[in-house]
Amino acid sequence: MALQIILNLVIAIMWMFLAETYSVVSFLKGFIIGALLLFMLRRFIPDAFYLTRVWKMIKLVLLFIKELLISNIDIVKWVYKPHKDYKPGIFALPTELKSNWEITMLTSLISLTPGTLSVSVSNTNDTIYIHAMDIDTTEEAIEAIKTTFEDAIMEVTR
Amino acid sequence: MTETIEFILDIFVIVFLITGTFFVLSASIGVIRFPDVYTRLHASTKAATLGIAGIMIGAFIFLYAEHGIVSGKLILGIIFVLLTAPVSAHMIGRAAHSSGVKPWSHDGKTRDAYADSLAEKKQQ
Repeated sequence: MALQIILNLVIAIMWMFLAETYSVVSFLKGFIIGALLLFMLRRFIPDAFYLTRVWKMIKLVLLFIKELLISNIDIVKWVYKPHKDYKPGIFALPTELKSNWEITMLTSLISLTPGTLSVSVSNTNDTIYIHAMDIDTTEEAIEAIKTTFEDAIMEVTR
Repeated sequence: MTETIEFILDIFVIVFLITGTFFVLSASIGVIRFPDVYTRLHASTKAATLGIAGIMIGAFIFLYAEHGIVSGKLILGIIFVLLTAPVSAHMIGRAAHSSGVKPWSHDGKTRDAYADSLAEKKQQ
C-alpha cells in the first residue's frame, strides 16, 4: 500500500516536470494518470490496488454521515416531546473486532447512531457497554446494525 | 446568469445556517430537559456536532460565494469536531459511571449491564 502511494506521487511529480507547468491542476492530472497506470499494472505490483481501499474508506465516512443525520432527527424528536416516555439503560454488546483502532472506530460509530452512546469498553476488549435512550427497541436494532458496521470497518483495516 | 447562481448559493447558505442553529438550539434545550448525565450527553454530542458542521458549511459557502475564498480551516474544523465529539462523550460517560452516577430510569429500576459485570468481577 505504501509503495503504491509513493509510486503514484512520483508519477504525478514526474508529469508536472514533463509538462513544465507547476500547478495543482497539472499535479492532479499526473495523479490521475499514475492511478490509471497502477490500475493497469496491478497484476505486477504487490498488494491489491490501493484506491479500492480508499474507496471503502470513503464509503465508511458516508455511512458515518448518514447515521449522524438519522440520529440527529431522533434526538430532536426526543428533545421536543412533552413527556419523558423513554426508558434509558446500559446494555452490553459483544464485538469481534480486535485492535484498538478498530474498536475506537466502532465506538465512535455507535456513539453517533440513533439513541446510543458507548460508555465503556471491557478490559478484555470484547464487550462494549452502550447507554441507550430507549433500551428495549435499540438493543435489537443495534444488533442488526452492528454487523454492517463491523464489516465496513474490517474491509478498511484488514 | 451569475445573479441566479448567487441567489441559489445564498439560499444554500441560509438553509445551512438555519438548520445548524436549529440543531445547536435543540441540543441546548435537550441538555436542560433530559434527566441525567448520560441522556444529556446524547443531546450534546449528536445535535451539537451536526449543528456546528451545518454552521461551518454555511460559512464556507458564504466565503466562497462572496469573497472567492476557499477556506480550508472551516473544513478542518468540521473534521476535528466529528473526530473528537464521540471520543469526548465516551470519556465523560465513563468518568461519570466510574464516579458512581446511576442512569436515570422511568420506573426507578436502573438497568445497567456495566455495573452488573463490574459487580460480578468483584465477587470472583
